[in-house]
Amino acid sequence: MKPEDFEFMRDLLKRKSGLVVNPDKVYLLESRLTPLARSHGLESLDQLIDKVRTSRDAKLVDEVTDAMTTNESFFFRDNTPFDILKKHVLPFLNKNRDSKKLRIWCAAASSGQEPYSIAMILKEQSHLWNGWDIEIHATDISNKIIDKAREARYSQFEVQRGLPIQMMMKYFRQESDGWFLNEDIKSMVKFEYMNLLEPFKNKGPFDIVFCRNVLIYFDQPTKTEVLGRVSNVISNDGSLFLGAAETVLGISDHFKPVKGQRGIYVPSAMDATAYGGV
Amino acid sequence: MRSCLVVDDSKVIRKVARRILDELSFDTNEAVDGQDALDQCKINMPDVVLLDWNMPVMSGIDFLRALRALSGVNQPKVVFCTTENDMAHIRTAMEAGADEYIMKPFDREIIESKFSQVGLI
Repeated sequence: MKPEDFEFMRDLLKRKSGLVVNPDKVYLLESRLTPLARSHGLESLDQLIDKVRTSRDAKLVDEVTDAMTTNESFFFRDNTPFDILKKHVLPFLNKNRDSKKLRIWCAAASSGQEPYSIAMILKEQSHLWNGWDIEIHATDISNKIIDKAREARYSQFEVQRGLPIQMMMKYFRQESDGWFLNEDIKSMVKFEYMNLLEPFKNKGPFDIVFCRNVLIYFDQPTKTEVLGRVSNVISNDGSLFLGAAETVLGISDHFKPVKGQRGIYVPSAMDATAYGGV
Repeated sequence: MRSCLVVDDSKVIRKVARRILDELSFDTNEAVDGQDALDQCKINMPDVVLLDWNMPVMSGIDFLRALRALSGVNQPKVVFCTTENDMAHIRTAMEAGADEYIMKPFDREIIESKFSQVGLI
């Protein structure tokens, strides 16, 4: 790839999605965008970059962003955040929300496994949530992946990553072309497109925000900016879940970690012991 | 170190599973069918059995029923690992006392995930 092409693509991706592509990741651009070039009938990646540069076709730019977005996801990923959610966060909110309204936002929902895992947890605790108004909002920057999430059809490989067999038996049905999530869980989650770099369209406050494994792709100022905006849509006693390799420390003063509970953060003024912190 | 008995009539599958289980720090033994597995369990009960379904001499499901019928032993976790990938087989396995179920093909992530589900990792 020519250096000027790399620079162009790097700037484009940073501007459109916040994704930081360092020069040592040229191979990633090549491996992910070459198939896209072929699908457009182009002979090479160079031709695709020329087309993006000259046409400024918004749809093509979206496709480039889609192709560069990492969409790895699985049910109950890393287990611990979901255990904390189940054992500490949901019981606290159940006890303390007189309004009986619970709002959850998965900010980088990918193919849906994360919001659907949360929905399954709530379903398993349905005796606690009778009469509650529960909303699970799930957003992602990739329209293609949102379509997949909405369909809620998973491969044999996908339903075996993180999903206990008893839950698979309970909440999925097998058809010739995959494993389909049952309607009662599927209908609990509302998906929509959202770019975390743009002003948030979904209005808070949210009681729980999952924003896992997305900040790692951003540079420091972008992380600070996104966390600042998340703080505006999270309730005073809400919780923020980040990925295992992510933190707010040194990046945002709006949140603080819940000591002793990995991956969960609360607004700085909140008493973190409410969520099992020490 | 936890121990795992890999029960599969395919030498290739046993080899692949053993390699993954080595990486996950399991002490691994192998059995070529259900009867071989049952004989080994009576002498040295593992912590977990990774179990194929279709095997000569004694099938995985017959082995599981025989294993669960043994009294006075520390019952191991049993994780099926089979090409039988329909809900009817899964139900039968769980009713017979399986703890988890893997549909082949598998990789390290799936084994790790399923062993984690049953508290072995």
